Amino acid sequence: MEIPNINKNKITEVLEKDKRLDGRKLFDYRDIEIETGISKNAEGSARVRIGKTEVIVGVKMDVQEPYPDHEDEGTLITGMEFSPISGERYESGPPKIDAIEVARVVDRGIRESKFIDFKKLCIKEGEKVWSVLIDIYAINDDGNILDASALASVAALMVAKMPEYDEKTEKVKFGEFTKDSVPLTENIPFTMTFHKIKNKLFIDPNRDEEDTSEGRVTLAITKPKKEYIINAMQKGDMALFSIDELEQVVKETEKLYDKMFNELNKKIEKLMKK
Amino acid sequence: MTEKKEKRRIVIPGEVIVSGDDYLPGDFTRKEGKDIIAQRYGLAEGDRVIKIIPISGVYEPRRGNTVIGRVSDITFNGWIVEIGGPYGAFLSLMECPRFINKNDIAEFANIGDLFCAKIFTVKRNSADLTLKSRGLGKLEGGRVIKINPHKVPRVIGKEGSMINLIKNETQTEINVGQNGFIWIKGDLAGEEKAEKTIELVAKEANSEGLTEKVEKFLGGKIKKINPEEMVKEE
Repeated sequence: MEIPNINKNKITEVLEKDKRLDGRKLFDYRDIEIETGISKNAEGSARVRIGKTEVIVGVKMDVQEPYPDHEDEGTLITGMEFSPISGERYESGPPKIDAIEVARVVDRGIRESKFIDFKKLCIKEGEKVWSVLIDIYAINDDGNILDASALASVAALMVAKMPEYDEKTEKVKFGEFTKDSVPLTENIPFTMTFHKIKNKLFIDPNRDEEDTSEGRVTLAITKPKKEYIINAMQKGDMALFSIDELEQVVKETEKLYDKMFNELNKKIEKLMKK
Repeated sequence: MTEKKEKRRIVIPGEVIVSGDDYLPGDFTRKEGKDIIAQRYGLAEGDRVIKIIPISGVYEPRRGNTVIGRVSDITFNGWIVEIGGPYGAFLSLMECPRFINKNDIAEFANIGDLFCAKIFTVKRNSADLTLKSRGLGKLEGGRVIKINPHKVPRVIGKEGSMINLIKNETQTEINVGQNGFIWIKGDLAGEEKAEKTIELVAKEANSEGLTEKVEKFLGGKIKKINPEEMVKEE
């Protein structure tokens, strides 16, 4: 069922007073749970829950020919699907525009932050490189699938192990893992989506809030050397953002990065040791 | 399996609950030879008449049910109302307590508005609603939440004990539709508390000592929150 008018009015009315229906503050996330190693066959996998929202991600590695303009670099492909189980609004079939957007924004955050060291994924220049495939599946959509997908993708990449590669037969031995991790750098991207209703900004909407939202902007941010770098940005929906509002978004992103990132990174690192 | 059933037991569709000539099939069960077979996933109970209390699945409209639905379309003589489940329901202009001009249908209730209505006929693939009874009509203000329709009896409690407890403790007005939609109206803190309590009841619907749990949940915080909120609003 689509959102009833009274819920829409209530959300807008309460937001004017800087409050939200579930008692959170404007820039509060719901509880985040991260779990890794949920798939036996994937090189790396993760499940992320933000409140009732649930996403699973699998990372697969394969050997491919490089693109002619980047002959010594590995490749990255991201795919996303909203399965019909994730919400009554989704149907089976090829990914629609909403799923494609999530995949592209997640891809851009990881690619532009240079989180994966593509140069190290090269096996033989111009002929063979590793290709990283990230597959995102929404299990339950209670809003903010984008942030959950980005977080799960990063977690899955961090725990991923390279598969065995047989140089004689030139084939990947799937199911046999080496002890090497995927070559990653320190620039761990953190993706955040800000939503706007009237002139109030907030993050991590639930389903009703996301349906009420008039505009959104997504930022992927890293902090390699004490300075923040915004790697990717995506604007969606109709509402316009003024310069002041965007400045506020950037400021809040930096604040949230400091607040959330260490906490989440510790969680993932704990899981990596297991 | 012939011994008498005393406690509730979880059954899955196709499972033989009991067998013997002493038993009769009740809700969501069927008889095949001597066996009583489950047709739904749920809790089986009963001494002679075996019935199942389903714990999942969609809402099935029944005559006389009070439901909360959202207007999804307007026709020339009424509203199409979503009440959850596979079918829509129809609310005719004739079933409104006061006269509404056919040109003003959208003014009375537009797409997205909520009705609290009663089902008076169930057809093969739709149901007809009426507003001609006490406490029915368009819902204004507040918020609406959705729970599993099979948990509704637990939210209401014996003779309304649970829902009255929540209403009194949170100082809210609550309207429970049999289809799992629950409308809450009150001050912000009360609404939030009531929503969380109802979610707790729905989650723990089959555990024992539910009323005590709810009392504890409500008693723990509401007394602390309420005075502050009252001061702020004054």
